[in-house]
Amino acid sequence: MKAKMAAWVSGIAAATVAAFVVAAEPVSAQEAAKNDELVIYSARKEHLVKPLFDLYTEQTGTKIRYITDKAGPLLARLEAEGKNTPADLLITVDAGNLWQASKQGVLQSVKSDVLEKNIPANLRDENGDWFGLSVRARTLVYAADRMKADELKGYEDLADARWKGRLCLRTSKKVYNQSLVATMVERLGEDTTEKVLEGWVNNLAAPVFSNDTRAMEAVAAGICDVTVVNTYYFGRLQKKKPDNGLKIFWANQDSSGVHVNISGAGVTRYAKHKEAAIDFLEWMSTEEAQHIIADSNMEYPANASVAPSELVSSWGKFDADKLNVAIAGEKQTKAVQLMDKARYN
Amino acid sequence: MSYQHVSSPAAQPGTFPSNRPQFFKRLWSVFSFSNAGLSALVLFIVALVLLPLGSLVLSWQDVQWDIWAHLFETQLMGLMWNTFVLVAGVAAGVTVLGTALAALVSLCDFPGRRWLEWALMLPFSIPAYVLAFVYLGVFDFSGPLQSWMRDNIEGFTWVDIRTPLGVIAVLVLVFYPYVYMLARGAFQGQGRSLYEASRLLGMSAPRTFWRVTLPVARPAIIGGAILAVMETLADFGTVSVFNYDTFTTAIYKSWFGFFNLKAAAQLASLLLVMIAMVIMLEKQLKGRVAGQNERQRTMPRHQLNGMAKWGATGFCGAIFALAFLLPVVQLVWWIFASGWIDLNSRYFSLVVNTLILASLAAVVTVTAASVLVLAKRFQPGRLSSWAEQIGGLGYAMPGALLAVAVMMLFGYLDRQVVNTVQGWLGIAAQPVLLGSIFALVLAYLIRFLAVALKPVTHAFERVRPAMHEAARILGHSPLAVSRRVYLPMVMPGLLTAMLLVFVDVLKEMPATLLMRPFGWDTLAVRIHEMTAEAEWERAALPAISLIIAGMVPVVVLIRRSRVD
Repeated sequence: MKAKMAAWVSGIAAATVAAFVVAAEPVSAQEAAKNDELVIYSARKEHLVKPLFDLYTEQTGTKIRYITDKAGPLLARLEAEGKNTPADLLITVDAGNLWQASKQGVLQSVKSDVLEKNIPANLRDENGDWFGLSVRARTLVYAADRMKADELKGYEDLADARWKGRLCLRTSKKVYNQSLVATMVERLGEDTTEKVLEGWVNNLAAPVFSNDTRAMEAVAAGICDVTVVNTYYFGRLQKKKPDNGLKIFWANQDSSGVHVNISGAGVTRYAKHKEAAIDFLEWMSTEEAQHIIADSNMEYPANASVAPSELVSSWGKFDADKLNVAIAGEKQTKAVQLMDKARYN
Repeated sequence: MSYQHVSSPAAQPGTFPSNRPQFFKRLWSVFSFSNAGLSALVLFIVALVLLPLGSLVLSWQDVQWDIWAHLFETQLMGLMWNTFVLVAGVAAGVTVLGTALAALVSLCDFPGRRWLEWALMLPFSIPAYVLAFVYLGVFDFSGPLQSWMRDNIEGFTWVDIRTPLGVIAVLVLVFYPYVYMLARGAFQGQGRSLYEASRLLGMSAPRTFWRVTLPVARPAIIGGAILAVMETLADFGTVSVFNYDTFTTAIYKSWFGFFNLKAAAQLASLLLVMIAMVIMLEKQLKGRVAGQNERQRTMPRHQLNGMAKWGATGFCGAIFALAFLLPVVQLVWWIFASGWIDLNSRYFSLVVNTLILASLAAVVTVTAASVLVLAKRFQPGRLSSWAEQIGGLGYAMPGALLAVAVMMLFGYLDRQVVNTVQGWLGIAAQPVLLGSIFALVLAYLIRFLAVALKPVTHAFERVRPAMHEAARILGHSPLAVSRRVYLPMVMPGLLTAMLLVFVDVLKEMPATLLMRPFGWDTLAVRIHEMTAEAEWERAALPAISLIIAGMVPVVVLIRRSRVD
């Protein structure tokens, strides 16, 4: 009675082992670490970072291996791997995530004159755990065919009753909004921020949207008049539908300036190729790489001496918020709590 | 149910029946080795599932009071209610829709039936998150429909389709195939004896359906509905596209918003409790209807006439159009609109990776399911029956969190066990498990064991002990019995299980994202990269590829299971 089972079990086991042998990985994570290569975990999307990696490999011969995922899972992976991690560099979007990576101790501090010269102080960690590589501005987009720009002031002003039924927002679950509110908490304090959030929620013309593009499309469709988005989403939508009547308005120009966030990178604590990682990081702050990083996604270069692309420049100049972007991480929990309280979903 | 109850009431769990022929006793010592091996395997599989889930429970050592208090004050009740509405709606929807469609195609005849019978299974190959973004793309205010209405209807601005009903509709359209498939099998497999008996005793045909045919199919229908409910509980992709907040939203908020993985794990362990309740509910609801299996004489088909005939065609056709045709047409449209920029040699490696991972996972998962089922058959007892229940738990965990739990476990094993052994052997310490294809396939196994368990159980139930004994008495060695009796009889069922797991792994996203080795990007990973930035058009190509890859096994499945 049991023999057939034994046969079964052994047969299947043999088949499985064979299957694993056939599918054996071409290069394991560890081999990658042995060769003179660079291993990168990236929360920035593949089609944005791949051209950069390819160019660097072409110029220096250093091969780059990478995986992409969201920031949260990548951080969890770095922590689970501990000193075993094959990763040398973590690239991620949003300063809050970088701040958290640094707080969890998966990054190490880097001292580099090149980086300190190229990247402004408010766009990097004071200990050198991470450095901003591109700047993303979050500002207002409005229906220029229906209203005048001089009605607009900035983020906090959108809580005013005159915007009732005219405001569209993206969900508070997106980190970009959490970072924006975090800077408000820092500057205005919790009570005022909560009032602003309540005002926003009262003024909503429609339930919040799951992404910036939808929010802008809602403005274009006449559901509301103004929304808050990252400028590169505006750029993408302009490319697809140029005559949608939307325009950018630079928020808070007579107060704190436009809220900016970064995409950035840091060397991991247990990097096996620390030198190579720093070299790559420095290269990314130079003009050639900065153009690729910023222009491929219509963002602003972090290196102040590099000009943004023509299209991005055409949106006009603005004064950016001077706060260190690390605030986004420090105050994020508070910001999310306040947004929950105000029933901003 | 295990077969002992049917054929040999004398068999007691765990003991060797004394009325068995003498040669079994003689062979006992030989096979006790494989016996122990089987127990060990079962324990191994149970440990695999339980250890990661256990790490969620362990998170309670450090209760995150502030997060709990905050969630309790602000959102938790609303999220629970939303989750309840969603689960109830999806359960009701898939049960009614799946059963109705299955009854129509297997008990009635109408124009286009033969074709619709397998076409209705095709939506199984569409990932829920893909259908969600396609539906928003088509029906939302910026889509073609409402744009047209704005231009042509005076005073129309927009209708928000991001309502609870909208999410439920999308989830029902992607999950009804579970019920449809299982119910269809139950309707076609129950044979005509019961039906004839009922008619001879004077019941009308409709009454026979409600009183006999449907109740006999109940376990299958409920089994399908439970799979749909578990998928719904674990879903994050669809609800986040619709911005419909559920319990999983709270889990991800704790993780990404509050940077608090512990609180996320604590919330997720509550989800485990819900799942355990669902599994127990399933047992209650299924009742004790004995499975009928009479494939030789199938049910007579009810010939529909007139309006009913075209009504049936129209209904089935409409569901097919909504659940499959519409999304495919829209995706193809997007591909042509965005051009073929992403189609390069790297793209084909995505397809190959996806197929290899799915095949590997299918073989491994079905193997594990077979071990659990065999153990229940040959070593009935506490361990094996618990093992089967536990095996199903992984299915309803939100994928990303399950992946993190598995990852933490493997990371721990790598540091504590593997590196130590490497130290003894004098080789450089390096991780073996994490970031290997092995770890990823194990994660799939944990997640999709529940999917494989049902068809595998069913496959082994087909081999009645009498068959086995007859073969032995006719002089076949145990090995010959396994080759000539078991293999031919269970192989179709195992194939079904493999195809199901295959399609599910194709669609799986979060675990693949987190645990794939370098260079092992798949189609689902590519879809994520595009949809995360709201580039629906560029997600269309990988989505269509995924659907095509999933369609092949689905068509095989449905062709094979055809009775006539």
